[in-house]
Amino acid sequence: MAKMTLEELRKLRDSKKGDLRKRDIAGKDFQIIIGMGTCGIAAGAKSVFDSFMQELDAHKLDNVAVTQTGCMGLCYVEPTVEVLAPDMPPVIYGKVDSAVVKLIVEDHIMRKKMVSEHVFDRPSIDIIKDGGK
Amino acid sequence: MTFRNYILVCGGTACESSKADDIYQALLSESKKQGVENEVQIVKTGCFGFCEQGPIVKILPEDSFYVQIKPEDAQELIAEHVIKGREVKRLLYNKEGKTKHTKVEDIEFYQKQYRIVLRNCGFIDPENIDEYIAREGYAALEKVLFEMSSDDVIGELRESNLRGRGGAGFPTWMKWNFTRQAKGDLKYIVVNADEGDPGAYMDRSTLEGDPHSVLEAMAIAGKTVGSNHGFIYIRAEYPLAIRRLEIAMAQAREYGLLGENILGSGFDFDVEIRLGAGAFVCGEETALLASIEGSRGTPVPRPPFPAVKGLWGKPTVINNVETWANIPVIILKGGNWFSKIGTEDSHGTKVFALTGKIRNSGLVEVPMGTTLREIIYDIGGGIANGKEFKAVQTGGPSGGVITKEFLDTPIDFGSLTKLGSMMGSGGMIVMDEDDCIVDVAKFYLNFTVDESCGKCAPCRIGGRSLANLLEKITKGNGELADLDQMVEIGEAMKKASLCALGQTAPNPILSTLHFFRDEYLAHVVDKKCPAGKCKSLVSYYILEDKCIGCTACARKCPTAAISGERREVHVIDQAACIKCGVCFETCKFGAIEVR
Repeated sequence: MAKMTLEELRKLRDSKKGDLRKRDIAGKDFQIIIGMGTCGIAAGAKSVFDSFMQELDAHKLDNVAVTQTGCMGLCYVEPTVEVLAPDMPPVIYGKVDSAVVKLIVEDHIMRKKMVSEHVFDRPSIDIIKDGGK
Repeated sequence: MTFRNYILVCGGTACESSKADDIYQALLSESKKQGVENEVQIVKTGCFGFCEQGPIVKILPEDSFYVQIKPEDAQELIAEHVIKGREVKRLLYNKEGKTKHTKVEDIEFYQKQYRIVLRNCGFIDPENIDEYIAREGYAALEKVLFEMSSDDVIGELRESNLRGRGGAGFPTWMKWNFTRQAKGDLKYIVVNADEGDPGAYMDRSTLEGDPHSVLEAMAIAGKTVGSNHGFIYIRAEYPLAIRRLEIAMAQAREYGLLGENILGSGFDFDVEIRLGAGAFVCGEETALLASIEGSRGTPVPRPPFPAVKGLWGKPTVINNVETWANIPVIILKGGNWFSKIGTEDSHGTKVFALTGKIRNSGLVEVPMGTTLREIIYDIGGGIANGKEFKAVQTGGPSGGVITKEFLDTPIDFGSLTKLGSMMGSGGMIVMDEDDCIVDVAKFYLNFTVDESCGKCAPCRIGGRSLANLLEKITKGNGELADLDQMVEIGEAMKKASLCALGQTAPNPILSTLHFFRDEYLAHVVDKKCPAGKCKSLVSYYILEDKCIGCTACARKCPTAAISGERREVHVIDQAACIKCGVCFETCKFGAIEVR
């Protein structure tokens, strides 16, 4: 995109606002967001990323977007992964390895069942979404 | 098949011990009994970090947060919440009890954390500017460019009471205002991302997770004080943060959010990155500016302050990464909103890197006025492996330790300084009974001695003398007079050093001497290290009545210092022993004693 004017920036913001949490990134229903700060990468986030790609391929799932984000602050359970699925609350998984990746794909994505023992809580409310209230 | 509800039962170690498993089973059998096992999934989770109120049960999608749950409550939770869709009020967390030390007005939430600086970390893809824009990104810049005057911006900052997050806590609006009022053809905006405290990674995580928030804030400052050029000074050892900043800068330029005529406003602003080689002293602002200029990173006395005479002698706004990341939110939500968070004299939040012997280590952001106990026990989940809390180190090499008696101190700019430590940039290292306090002081002191630029004598010679004395004490050669001499040297360094590095370098010693004099005396008088860390002061022995001659220790000993026949008592050759402690960890019979 070329340089924007004020109106174009506002239009872009409004159009993207829906995208971000409505899970239709690139027209896909599911979104897997991997925490890839230095801490996550050091704990193995890159191989988690690869494992997701392999699992999704193995099950021929092409309705899932895999993206990255920064550090969520849960250093003690890295690598962390957030899964957004239609009709399910957003879930953050911690201590994810290739075995957990398999469970997330087969249970959470395919059967809409959360993976026990690996669910963690986002540490704070979202001040952007809630307008600081 | 989709579940209507998900019941999350906290399975952290603390909750596990308070019957979380029984609750899980009870919920499972109740859901079957009441015929909804196909409508609700019961999930065991990791620690939710709210252990004092445990066991915790959270029901989604309503986000109902139930505390102090007993197995008997399962019937009601299923019958009321799941089947009838009514929250069980008596079990819900009472949000009113929360704001004991901190005034977060009109905010109701169960978590202890409140994220302003880290608002986007873990939400957006930091390499995609659209995601930042979608979460109100660059909306503050818009406001500053088209709706607000410089006076308005300074006014909002003034009302917010934002103070610098790098450690010193100088009011941000004053810094900006000095630069705005300073006369000069050129002015500069500088981000201090030279994060150097051991164990601190707040700024790195912010830049890696949300680089645009800092770029946006820089442009806001540029417009406000009349500068068109910014520098980010970041250490070269943060490659990922640098890469993400570079990507962010390129995307912002492409969108016209950096560069010439931003959004058609006629305002030009651009940013350059300068890499630091990792010298600790370059976190000091005058040394940092010297380093950007290409000179050797040594501090110069202030005044004049950089706000008036900074980079290349021009007026310069220099703030820490965390301070910058607050700016866009303050502009958007207003100074008044920000000032309602925190305590009477410290407003907003503070990010801490919680590390050490803590169960849930991590990056935490809490409102000012949160107590150390809340951070360590409620968010951090307490000490790992059931050990005893000893002290928490804050403020890095410039700070000190805080002991158990002071855990209920609300954290703000003044309170920790009164205890002989400081809030600092946000490192928080928790120590347990296995940590030797003299060893800790030695670690920090050696760090500052290494990092001293050597320009002024008090820091260069004083620091070395202190390090020598500590070395002497940990080797078992200390004398009582050494303790007094350390205080004397430390006080002199505080008064006479040129910059904060030397002025604060003795703090870890003075603070530990104050709180743990007994432990120093044990080293000096009894020639013992109670924690068993100082190798010269401990010896390992095998207890004759406990050793069964299994040979496990002898096989593990790296110097073959342990001898003995199979099924007979073994002996450690003290001359060959290097005191590595492997035998102690190996022995399953408690037959190795540390003396």
